Amino acid sequence: MATEYILEINNLKTQFVVRRRRVVRAVDGVTFKVRRGKILGLVGESGCGKSVTAHSIMRLLPKTAVIPEGSILFHPEGGESVDMAKLNPTGRKIRSIRGNEISMIFQDPMASLNPVYNIGDQIIEVLREHSKITKKEALERAVRMLELLSIPKASERIKDYPHQFSGGMKQRVMIAMGLICRPQLLIADEPTTALDVTIQAQIIELIKEMQSEFGFSTIIITHNMGIVADMADDVAVMYMGKIVEFGTKEDVFLNPLHPYTQALLKSVPILGNAGEDKLIPIRGVTPDPSEMPPGCAFEPRCDFATEACKTCVPGRVGVTDSHIVRCVHCIGEKLDD
Amino acid sequence: MTESNVLLELNNIKKYFPITAGIFRREVGAVRAVDDISLRVYRGETLGLVGESGCGKTTLGKCVVRLLEPNSGSMQYNFGGEMRDLLSLNAQESFAARRKIQMVFQDPYSSLNPMKTIYQSFDEPIRIHSDRNKEERRELIARLLEAVNLHPEYMYRYPHEFSGGQRQRICIARALCVDPELVVCDEPVSALDVSIQAQVLNQMKDLQEKLGLTYIFIAHDLSVVEYMSDRIAVMYLGQVLELAPARSLYDRHIHPYTQALLSAVPVPDIRAKRERIILEGDVPSPADPPQGCRFHTRCQYCHARCVEEMPKLEPLAADPEHFVACHLAEERFAAVGT
Repeated sequence: MATEYILEINNLKTQFVVRRRRVVRAVDGVTFKVRRGKILGLVGESGCGKSVTAHSIMRLLPKTAVIPEGSILFHPEGGESVDMAKLNPTGRKIRSIRGNEISMIFQDPMASLNPVYNIGDQIIEVLREHSKITKKEALERAVRMLELLSIPKASERIKDYPHQFSGGMKQRVMIAMGLICRPQLLIADEPTTALDVTIQAQIIELIKEMQSEFGFSTIIITHNMGIVADMADDVAVMYMGKIVEFGTKEDVFLNPLHPYTQALLKSVPILGNAGEDKLIPIRGVTPDPSEMPPGCAFEPRCDFATEACKTCVPGRVGVTDSHIVRCVHCIGEKLDD
Repeated sequence: MTESNVLLELNNIKKYFPITAGIFRREVGAVRAVDDISLRVYRGETLGLVGESGCGKTTLGKCVVRLLEPNSGSMQYNFGGEMRDLLSLNAQESFAARRKIQMVFQDPYSSLNPMKTIYQSFDEPIRIHSDRNKEERRELIARLLEAVNLHPEYMYRYPHEFSGGQRQRICIARALCVDPELVVCDEPVSALDVSIQAQVLNQMKDLQEKLGLTYIFIAHDLSVVEYMSDRIAVMYLGQVLELAPARSLYDRHIHPYTQALLSAVPVPDIRAKRERIILEGDVPSPADPPQGCRFHTRCQYCHARCVEEMPKLEPLAADPEHFVACHLAEERFAAVGT
């Protein structure tokens, strides 16, 4: 069943039970769709729930987390749709998907590679887990993958250990591990945050290249609006566990409608402006996730807040077919949560 | 920018960290963190230092506040019109000089003592560097906190009671409590969330205007450096490759490294269509920097002379405020045009 979307998340809630039975709603009703073969950028500040969303899709959550509501429908090409939220997180089904059909690249390449195994063993582990293949064949495929990711002398370096690689090279190894099984969906969680700008540029170009080569779909998680503008086709802006604005890149960057998106775009310096426009900071701080305001989560920091914002949680409003905003001041078709 | 306006002049500053090996800790080499840097800082300006990790920008900042002693070179500081070398002052004079140069560190979480209230953290340096009585000190601390938009009563709180942005504002206020002239800010906003960064940056600009401070602003984020600085020095492997006023660095960047660095910054504007220059490979190790031009291993315009001879940081013929360390500087300037 091949639909237009590879992943459909409906009203996903992920909660953590912390001390004294307090509940932190890290992901609180997230709904979005990932188009097949496209890049979705998920942006937000730290603590907004973007990584928890990714970990919920992969079912890599700690034991204190529960998913009380919502569905994560994965529609693989040439396979049956699966609701990832209903799977047993340690079961056989999820293990056949994780790393194989959906794979993930983590933020810190230094911490995500095992220092006591050489990188070849680490790359082929995924491959041999998911397909019947001899070690020799697997290594050959790993070398070809590393060559594709422009690691010089790949056939020699495959025997090297992580400490022998630089940060950018380690991230390439991580990408190789993520792509070796030819996944249909790649989730990249802040893949360049730990890297320098010139290396970041290399990795961004590399992910774009690989995507056009293999045609997988991507969710890229970042706090950097610049990376989203550069890479994404669709953009989801997240604040305090909710997607406050969703749309195509053009919708979100040229016509941002949610006050948070607008404020976020005005609060970062843009290269080439040389401090001509003074930055407009967002006042206040993000609320404590266990003591959320009763109405709109952004209301205490919003310049356009009214009485209505204090009392009711804004629903999803479809301004156009592609552009969905969670703000009471936006006019459009009311959508289900 | 006249001679009398110079606040600090760095001449041929070098800072090498020894690499030792064996049980006798024999020196086998050196990491050339800062390798022959000469710079001027003018009174009232913000000088931005930008570069990738390992380029020596933090080491240079620490040398200026003398948390590290440079191996060689001199640091001339303007003491009321008289230029004196900070490195050759006697103990008493250096004590007085330390008050004038303060530093704000990158991580506001680890640079405040968790066991001390804000009042205690502020009180100590004021007590050491001035003869104010208890009441005056308290008043000063209250004023400083107000200057960074924090309630004066907060001085009796502990660091854990504040958010990251508030802590960084506290660190800035603390640097100001001994009434410095020059503040070295080492990545002051990189540990903060984007929506909080703007608060801190604007605060720093306001304070500079109000108190006539001079900043050395160190960061790896070019857009932040450009927003804050009057002049920007681009560093690579312990050297300054290009130094220019912020505007002309963006409009007419001459050095191939600056060009690549600027093109690598992702810009949150989807209409901006830019040619991205991808540098091959990684930054070489500062323990074994390349001969000749430090950048030649990754430079697409590299030719024979670049491999042999190290270019000097020199002003352009057409623009004496724009310094470039590249053999091709004048040709490249002519190509970029005015």
